[in-house]
Amino acid sequence: MSNAPVDAGRRRFLTWSTAVVGGVGVGYAAVPFISSWNPSAKAKAAGAPVEVNVSKIEPGQLLRVEWRGKPVWIVSRPQSVLDNLDKIGSQLRDPNSEEPQQPEYAQNSYRSLKPELLVSVGLCTHLGCSPTYLPGSFEEQVQGVEYGFFCPCHGSKFDMAGRVFQGVPAPLNLVVPPHYYVDENTILIGNDGGESV
Amino acid sequence: MKGLLNWIDERIPLTKTYNKHVGQYPTPINFNFWYIFGFIAMIVLVNQILTGIWLTMNYNPSGEGAFASVEYIMRDVDYGWLLRYMHSTGASAFFVVIYLHMYRGLIYGSYQKPRELIWLFGMLIFLVLMAEAFMGYLLPWGQMSYWGAQVIISLFGAIPFIGDDLTLWIRGDYVISGATLNRFFSLHVIALPLVLVMLVFLHIVALHEVGSNNPDGIEIKENKDENGWPKDGIPFHPYFTVKDLAAIVGFLFFFAWVMFFVPEGGGYLLEAPNFEAANPLKTPEHIAPVWYFTPFYAILRAVPDKLMGVAMMGLSIAVLFVLPWLDRCKVKSIRYRSIWHKLNIAQFVICFVVLGILGALPSTPMLTLLARITSFGYFAYFILLFIYSKNEATKPVPERVTR
Ligand code: HEM
Ligand code: FES
Repeated sequence: MSNAPVDAGRRRFLTWSTAVVGGVGVGYAAVPFISSWNPSAKAKAAGAPVEVNVSKIEPGQLLRVEWRGKPVWIVSRPQSVLDNLDKIGSQLRDPNSEEPQQPEYAQNSYRSLKPELLVSVGLCTHLGCSPTYLPGSFEEQVQGVEYGFFCPCHGSKFDMAGRVFQGVPAPLNLVVPPHYYVDENTILIGNDGGESV
Repeated sequence: MKGLLNWIDERIPLTKTYNKHVGQYPTPINFNFWYIFGFIAMIVLVNQILTGIWLTMNYNPSGEGAFASVEYIMRDVDYGWLLRYMHSTGASAFFVVIYLHMYRGLIYGSYQKPRELIWLFGMLIFLVLMAEAFMGYLLPWGQMSYWGAQVIISLFGAIPFIGDDLTLWIRGDYVISGATLNRFFSLHVIALPLVLVMLVFLHIVALHEVGSNNPDGIEIKENKDENGWPKDGIPFHPYFTVKDLAAIVGFLFFFAWVMFFVPEGGGYLLEAPNFEAANPLKTPEHIAPVWYFTPFYAILRAVPDKLMGVAMMGLSIAVLFVLPWLDRCKVKSIRYRSIWHKLNIAQFVICFVVLGILGALPSTPMLTLLARITSFGYFAYFILLFIYSKNEATKPVPERVTR
């Protein structure tokens, strides 16, 4: 032990600089722990597009397919349902699909490529439950509307174009995934054949 | 024997620690029924850890194997059903006990100065316990596991700007998948139990530093005899070890009854859709969280806006953390506080219970209205408390504890 007087300023500087350098080290050491929680390469690769044959779909019927682990609905809408879509605009949050919940080619009054076929991700925009399709029995939820989707989790309601009604917890319309018609009866979901999303 | 003890005491403070926390811990003589739950919570914690370790021996944490491995435990493993029911009933029992334990703190002002840290450690325990229960519920990989987790994880998605990336990071996939299950398993069996045990340790250390409160809310340390022993205190052992043992017998009686006769608790402890394997394409008709989350869930649902709903739910728990600073009254126990305080606690308890019931029911316009009123009552408790507690008309507090 030397008896030299303690240089308090220098000691404080050394303490702090050690602490800062150590802190940076801890920060870098945390990177692998935090990053390992990101989706793995395998999970990222699993999002391949799926092909769906729609030749057998009946009017009013809903086909459920899995894309990236999510339910995707393909619904065949009868003419009466299509006629109704324009009339309920005032009850909807985003009747003209202004929010970017769909590719550009589905930003129309049907939110679809072909009027009769709706293609939509079947997950509620509130907290991600899958709403229940109520063909012909939706009037219990919204008067004067026979077809629609009702989310069992917190009661959000969507019309037959996946547009959300007002006064429910879900903020946005259902998502329309990128898709296109490979031929008359085949839809490819997950890819829009080169068109912009 | 004596020699061995001496040998140990010279190397580690065994006798000293025992005396500080058990043998010579001065415990208020007027402890009542409400003071058994801390000890019971510890027993339940031991039960969860022990049965959890044994369940892990046969459980398979993968999207393909989880559901089947739970069925396997129930049917093919000797006494597997018992271990599982001990664990699942234990989870609900844990919350019953903790809610009663917290209620005790509420009525006797045990969170007040100088016990703020005991309360804060308690609140951290509560938070970790909720995370632990939530992650545990995903493990059987049933329909309710899956969709419950979907809803709860999506709550983070309501946070502006970072929400979507955050949920992706938590799930480790674009939807809840085996990756999510595996990380929840790891947190549920290792990380959170470790944190929980450490927090309980700190909770007790903090309690034994300042000493226990009691139903009169009097500091027994302020009235000591010539030996420095509180006049209103008696040693924890044997007096309260015996009392707590009696309480444990009573508790185990109820526990065993539930476990053997109604392990599913009418669908509230283990929900019916969870006997069906997780199906990412279909949500069950009616989804509700397990009963111990329903009050907070009802607050979430009462708000017709995604971000605000999540914020209010978070606030309903966050506000409990600052309770020691919201209550500005010097008198602790409800026994000597004003009628306003008694009424306020009563309405708070009613609102909490009603919210708990509503959270388990499907929402209708009537019930949503009721949920809004009771959510209001829940928050009003804290606001009113802050206002009247400053100049509250309290009764005189006696010098010594009453019996
Ligand atoms: C694993 C969970 C917990 C365990 C094992 C535990 C254990 C205990 C024990 C053994 C005691 C002393 C005996 C008694 O007063 O009952 C105690 C006291 C206390 N606990 Fe807990 N506790 C837990 C959770 C909580 C929570 C969630 C809170 C509140 C947020 C809390 C707040 C308190 C308070 C304020 C006291 C002091 C009571 C008084 O002296 O009047 N505890 N705890
Ligand atoms: S998840 Fe659909 S309403 Fe909440």
